[in-house]
Amino acid sequence: MRAVITVVGKDAVGILTKVSGICSEYNANVIEVTQSVLQDMFAMIMLVDISKLSIEFGALSDIMTKTGDEMGLKIHTMHESVFNCMHHI
Amino acid sequence: MLNAYDILETIRMIQDECLDIRTITMGISLLDCIDSDINKACQKVYDKIIEKSKNLVKVGSDIEKEFGIPIINKRISVTPISIVSAACGGNPVPFAKALDEAAEAVGVNLIGGYSALVQKGFSAGDLELIKSIPEALSVTERVCSSVNVGSTKAGINLDACGLMGRIIRECAEKTVDRACFGAAKLVVFCNAVEDNPFMAGAFHGVGEPDCMINVGVSGPGVVRSALSKYPEANISEIADIIKKTSYKITRIGQLVGVTASERLKVPFGIVDLSLAPTPAVGDSVAHILEEIGLERCGTHGTTATLALLNDAVKKGGVMACSRIGGLSGAFIPVSEDAGMIDAAKSGTLTIEKLEAMTAVCSVGLDMIVVPGDTTADTLAAIIADEAAIGMVNSKTTAVRIIPAIGKKVGEELDWGGLFGCGPVMPIKEESASKFINRGGQIPAPMQSLKN
Repeated sequence: MRAVITVVGKDAVGILTKVSGICSEYNANVIEVTQSVLQDMFAMIMLVDISKLSIEFGALSDIMTKTGDEMGLKIHTMHESVFNCMHHI
Repeated sequence: MLNAYDILETIRMIQDECLDIRTITMGISLLDCIDSDINKACQKVYDKIIEKSKNLVKVGSDIEKEFGIPIINKRISVTPISIVSAACGGNPVPFAKALDEAAEAVGVNLIGGYSALVQKGFSAGDLELIKSIPEALSVTERVCSSVNVGSTKAGINLDACGLMGRIIRECAEKTVDRACFGAAKLVVFCNAVEDNPFMAGAFHGVGEPDCMINVGVSGPGVVRSALSKYPEANISEIADIIKKTSYKITRIGQLVGVTASERLKVPFGIVDLSLAPTPAVGDSVAHILEEIGLERCGTHGTTATLALLNDAVKKGGVMACSRIGGLSGAFIPVSEDAGMIDAAKSGTLTIEKLEAMTAVCSVGLDMIVVPGDTTADTLAAIIADEAAIGMVNSKTTAVRIIPAIGKKVGEELDWGGLFGCGPVMPIKEESASKFINRGGQIPAPMQSLKN
C-alpha cells in the first residue's frame, strides 16, 4: 500500500528533512521524491510505502497536517488510490 | 504511473477549487419496523437506525482523512414514513421525533424520509403525515420531509398541490423565529427518485434493498476553474472540458462510495452525478454559466448554457462510476449559490427564468424565497407548474420554496452555513385560486404511454 505526501507552499530550508523524519519515525518507507514548481505553486511530492506503518494512516495524516500548519505549508497525505482512480481509466 | 502534474491538479482541486464529496447517505428500509402500536414502532425505528448507521460518521471521517478529500455531510434516508405510520393511525409526529433522536445519537446532521408519495391519491397514513409536517419540522432539528405529488405515469394530484401550498405556508409560519427554516426542509416532488442522496428530498424507496450507501459528489468550482483556462474555446470544446472534469470528480465519488460500502459492510448503491453548489466563494453553478459567457446568470442564454452543462456533467460521469442514480445533474438552489444570490438580488434572475432552467437541469425551483404574503394557492400553482414540467419531460422536478413571513421584496432570509441566504424574489400577484380549488387529478400525458 502506498501513499502520496504533497507539500505545497513557500520553499524553506529543512522541509524534506522534517517530512522524511516523520516518515521514518512511523516506519513509512520513502520510495520516490520529486520537486516541482507549477505556475505559482512550489510542490514536493513524496511517494511512500505505508504497508508497515506503525500508527494508523489517519493519525499520520493528522501529524503531517499539523506539521504543515506549524511551518506555514499545506501538507496533504493521501492514499495513492485517489490519484490512480482520478487520472487513469 | 503517477506524474507530478496529475497529483498537483488533484491537490489544487481540493485546496483551491472546493472539490469535495457532498454527502455519503445511508439509505435504511424501515418496512420491518411497522407496528400497530406507535410507541413500539418508533422504538423499532430508532433501534434499526442506530444499529445500521452507528459507524457511518466514523467511517466517513476516516475516509476523509485517508483520502484527503473533504466529505461534507454524512446523512441518512429512510422509507417514506407514511408507509410505516399507516398501520398505527393517528398523528405520526412521534416518528419524526424518533428519527431526530436517532440522527442526533449517530451524529448525522440531517435525516430524510418524513415523506409521502401521493401522485395518484392519498392512501392510509398519507393525509395524516402531510398534515403533521409543519409540526414535525418545527419540533425537530434534523428531520427533512418530502411529498411526491406527480409523475409522468400518474399525472398530477392537484388536491395534493393545493394541500402542499397550505403546508408550506404553515411550515414557514411555525418557524418564523428561525427565519422560516421549516419550509427549507420540505420538498415537493414530481417524479421523485428512490435513491437520492441529497437533502432535503432524500428518502429510501420501497424498491431499494434493506440498507444501501449512496454518494453525492460536488465540484462546481473545479468545472469553472477548468473552463477559465480556455477562454477562446468554442462551445463543443467547452462541453468536452466539462465532460473530462466531471469524469475526474465522479471517480472520487465512486472510490469513496466503494470504500465506505466495504467498511460499513453495506452494499454500494449509486453515485449521484451532481454539481451541488454552496454559498462559499468559488463553489457556484451560476459562475460556471458566467464563465461560459453570460454577463450574469439569469440573462438570455442561461437555459442553453445550463442545458449544455447538465448534459456534459452526465456524459462525463457515466463512465466514471459503476451505477448512476439520484438526481444527477446541475443543481440550481438560489440561496445556496453565491452567483445565484447575486443574480437574484440584481433582478436578472427571476422565478420565470428559473422555471425555464428547471426544464433542462436536474431538480427544480430550489431554495427560493418569496414574499411573506404569498397565498397558499399561489404556492400550489407554482408547485403545479413545476410538476407539469417534470411530468411532460419525464424528469424529476421539485419545489423548495420559502415564504418569508413578514418580509417583502428587497429583504432577505439568512440561514447561514450550507443553506445560505436568499433574497425575497417577486412573483405574479394575479390569483390561480380557481384552478387550484377545482381539485382532482391532471391526467398522465401521452408520454406515459410507452408500453
